[in-house]
Amino acid sequence: MALKLPIYMDNAATTRTDPRVVEAMLPYFTEKFGNAASRNHVFGWDAEDGIEIAREQAASLIGASSKEVIWTSGSTESNNLAIKGAARMYAKSPEGTKNRGHIITCVIEHKAVLDPCKRLEREGFDITWITPAPDGIVTRQMIADAIRSDTILVSIMWVNNEIGTINEVPEIGKLCHEKGIIFHTDATQWVGKMPTDVERDCIDLMSWSSHKIYGPKGVGALFVRRRSPRVRLEALIDGGGHERGMRSGTLNVTGIVGFGKACELCKEGMDADRERLFSLKQKLERELSSRLEVVQVNGHADRRVPHICNISFGYVEGESLLMGIKDIACSSGSACTSASLEPSYVLKNLGIGDELAHSSLRLSIGRWTTEAEIDYAIQAIEKSVEHLRTLSPLWDLFKEGIDVSKIEWQAH
Amino acid sequence: MAYSEKVIDHYQHPRNVGSFGTSKDVAARRDIGVGIVGAPECGDVMQLQLRISEEGIIEEAKFKCFGCGSAIASSSLATEWIKGKSIEEALTIRNTQIVEELSLPPVKIHCSVLAEDSIRSAIADFQKKNGIVTATAETNAAAH
Ligand SMILES: Cc1ncc(COP(=O)(O)O)c(C=O)c1O
Ligand code: FES
Repeated sequence: MALKLPIYMDNAATTRTDPRVVEAMLPYFTEKFGNAASRNHVFGWDAEDGIEIAREQAASLIGASSKEVIWTSGSTESNNLAIKGAARMYAKSPEGTKNRGHIITCVIEHKAVLDPCKRLEREGFDITWITPAPDGIVTRQMIADAIRSDTILVSIMWVNNEIGTINEVPEIGKLCHEKGIIFHTDATQWVGKMPTDVERDCIDLMSWSSHKIYGPKGVGALFVRRRSPRVRLEALIDGGGHERGMRSGTLNVTGIVGFGKACELCKEGMDADRERLFSLKQKLERELSSRLEVVQVNGHADRRVPHICNISFGYVEGESLLMGIKDIACSSGSACTSASLEPSYVLKNLGIGDELAHSSLRLSIGRWTTEAEIDYAIQAIEKSVEHLRTLSPLWDLFKEGIDVSKIEWQAH
Repeated sequence: MAYSEKVIDHYQHPRNVGSFGTSKDVAARRDIGVGIVGAPECGDVMQLQLRISEEGIIEEAKFKCFGCGSAIASSSLATEWIKGKSIEEALTIRNTQIVEELSLPPVKIHCSVLAEDSIRSAIADFQKKNGIVTATAETNAAAH
């Protein structure tokens, strides 16, 4: 099979919508186009049927009941609703006061968790920001050490979107349940790819997003536990009282129908997909690490999802590396501090050496990634890194046995 | 970000890449001026080595660069421009000329500044090694 360029290896940013998902959505644009809230005609009923089927599909993917699924516009909104909604509902004292309650999160969360927490900090809540060890894993013990008598909420992502590390989510969930603390997890990079059961995994609130699992963009969901404990949230968007009053606004019927279908497809193909992606990722990491010197696969050695590979190449700058592999669409959170790309705050917070952070690539693979594409990527990256090292003064110093981090640089 | 054709050309076929030996070797040679500017944690380090004749003519220029494509292109271009020039002529090169030649966007202006700085710093090193004190060397040192 001929290789088609460019190659897409940025599936952690977004995924191609599965054609079967598009198929499922189409009738809801032109035939069943009703408002799901219209109760008195068939157009409304059809739309509502579509929504409720999707709710079943989404719930079934995560082991929830369909009543526990709230539709949103994506994980950003789900995280905002979960974190601000729970904090404001369970606040120990009213708006305008201090010490309104304690929240635990970590410094390598997505901005869609960090920023709502920062806002709550300004609103009088106390936040503990956990910094994991360099392997990137947030453990049960870290949470146990941070819990206080006034802790109301713990928000820890299931999988880090940059390095793919898997946090100790079920263990943290169990701990929170024992202590009567609400547990939210941003599961954007986990759900759909890995088996999820909100009962077994002790989750109270969970965000996930359609466009990361081969569904359309602009749709997401929040799981809100209804029993033991029943979790209540203060709405962020007020209006017609849709979604049990937690999220008003006419539902995005086509998007939700597509999201539901995407959930169903993920459930069906999960085991096969996971095995396949795992072996592709293994090959990618193994080959790059053996062909090139000073390569570091970032994050814990094993506790990582199969679709995200974050790898650093010493003494090579990230943006120039991207330029050398322009046929591979991937991301580099790193380049010169004064330019358009910024060094990754995730790698920085994990204390991964700056000159390494400057050359990290995140390659994230997906349902349509082929072995031929992996082989192409390995060769292109190898070639580009070698080219850039012939240009790199730091590489020469390293080869002379000089420790680059010990030199006093004249920063400009 | 889209790169100009000239940046891509310099990136793919950089001119005058290299050095005149290890950092120890070149430190000991009085006919070579070495300029290293930038810092790894800023994401850019540019190294320029100039072999300069007794008459003050830049006979050879070699560079190495850890930085983005624009930084690589800026330093590659700088070596082309200064080869064969006198020290005085080389010091008249401005980063704005590099920006223009390579069509660099505003966020990439500092990459060209780095190239101008590396020329000044390599010449200052040569002058220092040879006990030449000039007004340019003085102001240059002050600028950093
Ligand atoms: C971990 C994580 N959380 C949240 C988001 C935001 O999701 P959305 O684009 O659906 O708002 C993303 C994706 O960028 C993510 O990877
Ligand atoms: S060297 Fe900083 S962006 Fe070019």
